[in-house]
Amino acid sequence: MIELQHLSKRFGGRKVEPVQALDDLSLSVPAGSLYGLLGPNGAGKTTALRILCTLLAPDAGQVQVAGVDALAEPRTVRRLLGYVAQEVAIDKILSGRELLHLQADLHHMPAADRLARTAELIELLAMEAWIDRRCGSYSGGMRRRLDLAAGLLHRPRVLVLDEPTVGLDIESRATIWQVLQQLRDQGTTVLLSSHYLEEVDALADRLAIIDGGRVIAEGTPTALKGALGGDRVTLRVREFSDEQEASRVRDLLAACHGVRQVVVNRAQGYSLNLVVEDSGVVETLRHQLAEAQLPVFALAQSRPSLDDVYLQATGRTLSDAELSVAGRRDLKEERKQSMR
Amino acid sequence: MTSASPSLAPVPSASTEPSAFAEISQETLALTRRLFVQLARRPSTLVAGVLQPLIWLVLFGALFANAPEGLLPGGISYGRFLGAGVIVFTAFSAALNAGLPVMFDREFGFLNRLLVAPLRSRSSIVFASVLYITSLSLVQSLAIMGTAALLGYGWPGGAGLLLVLVTLLLLVFAVTALSLGLAFALPGHIELIAVIFVANLPLLFASTALAPISFMPPWLGWLAALNPLTFAIEPIRAAYAGSFRLTDVVLVAPYGSLNAATCLAILAGLAAGLFLLIRPMLDRKLT
Repeated sequence: MIELQHLSKRFGGRKVEPVQALDDLSLSVPAGSLYGLLGPNGAGKTTALRILCTLLAPDAGQVQVAGVDALAEPRTVRRLLGYVAQEVAIDKILSGRELLHLQADLHHMPAADRLARTAELIELLAMEAWIDRRCGSYSGGMRRRLDLAAGLLHRPRVLVLDEPTVGLDIESRATIWQVLQQLRDQGTTVLLSSHYLEEVDALADRLAIIDGGRVIAEGTPTALKGALGGDRVTLRVREFSDEQEASRVRDLLAACHGVRQVVVNRAQGYSLNLVVEDSGVVETLRHQLAEAQLPVFALAQSRPSLDDVYLQATGRTLSDAELSVAGRRDLKEERKQSMR
Repeated sequence: MTSASPSLAPVPSASTEPSAFAEISQETLALTRRLFVQLARRPSTLVAGVLQPLIWLVLFGALFANAPEGLLPGGISYGRFLGAGVIVFTAFSAALNAGLPVMFDREFGFLNRLLVAPLRSRSSIVFASVLYITSLSLVQSLAIMGTAALLGYGWPGGAGLLLVLVTLLLLVFAVTALSLGLAFALPGHIELIAVIFVANLPLLFASTALAPISFMPPWLGWLAALNPLTFAIEPIRAAYAGSFRLTDVVLVAPYGSLNAATCLAILAGLAAGLFLLIRPMLDRKLT
């Protein structure tokens, strides 16, 4: 349904150091699926979605939605797409209902259909209580629901959402998740970006992990996690260890049978991340540590998560990536780019 | 929560597409309605917009109330002379500010909502602003003309009124297009406000709004005779003087005499030119 092929996009240039937002990114979203784009902030998710939604032209590459070339026929693609942007754009002076009516007119909906469809979405997203109040008085969750309704108004075949649940209360998030799943079940293709692992894990049929403007892993959540194999173990010998002790423990662990990929995580008080082949290995580890007279402050074991998939592909965790990217981004330049 | 109904309506094929006119009208009216709803809920713009030119008219008119008889060409009073200038300047200022709401829409991301919608023509955004500003200018102009009549500065009469209307429409279209162009070209509202601020008063002083060309040194006379405001002021002033034949000479410029029809044609040319100039800017936002 959505084909992004070899997309490249570079921002900045003259005054600021250019940022390669997309670097030969290719992606294929099957029709009727709920597809997740997972990646840290600054990975290029928003840029990819803005290009898909005809708000931005790529430096190179192809975009197709339902077989239509988005660069050659943007208006046709706009009719197929519903876009729910990351920054919620509403008019504070209008009521929610007025905003939906405006949106309907921008999509050339007939008057009768406009009323029926608005009523339908107000009920679906549980907005009756406040839809006639001015948007300026809405909470973040209300705004996001209204924005979702606006994106769905013209019955798009493809719904694109950029970080739809960032900063939302639990109730609004649950409502939005439920609606997205219903949409998918009824045949709409849904593409959402997120930097919440659990959101993509819970919702997406397939996902692509994006880092540095390119796809580094792609598949179903189960397949991606299953491919890693083994269980994840996080070990802390003390609450705050030091480098010397950590490397001593690492050498000890690495020597154990059934243990692989021992990594010292400096960001978390020199804790150790490792992979064990089966649960029995953990007991062996405890014995080994006791023999070496090392305490165990905390030992946690879990099935592989999407974060482990990310870690495996990039060598860092998603949250560490967010921190390192935060310093490199030129927010002013990005804001300028997003201002159309 | 009830069941979702995404209702995958088939995309209409090109052959069943409604007419371009119907679609553009729907877009334009919806966008215009939004501007009027905003105005109705925040009427301070309208109140200030009506009061300000009235204050101009009363104070400026009084400033030269005791000017010697026969000072102005045709021996008319300064208040009567000033009316046309205030009407045009008011419409001009309103139109020059037309880009501000669009700039704020850009900054708050609301414009993205318009740009991802399958608008038949992005000119609808321009048309909506023009409709809105023209209506606003008409209300302001009627208030000015009514006040001018009460102050004894005369009334243009039926055909004159039509001339005032056409002139304002052309000027508003041209200046609104310019302002929207700036709203797309400049980086932010600070820069836009700066441009508006710098352009506004000099264009007023370098026009025939406050004094006739015969009062000015040659260099200023030339400027005034090239200033688009002058081409709007002079036909309206002529209408106030009781003349509304399009062939009457209304402006004696250093480069020759112009009749009302020529002034209007120049304004129309300017409006068309500026509109064509900003069209590509609107479309570039698409790529």
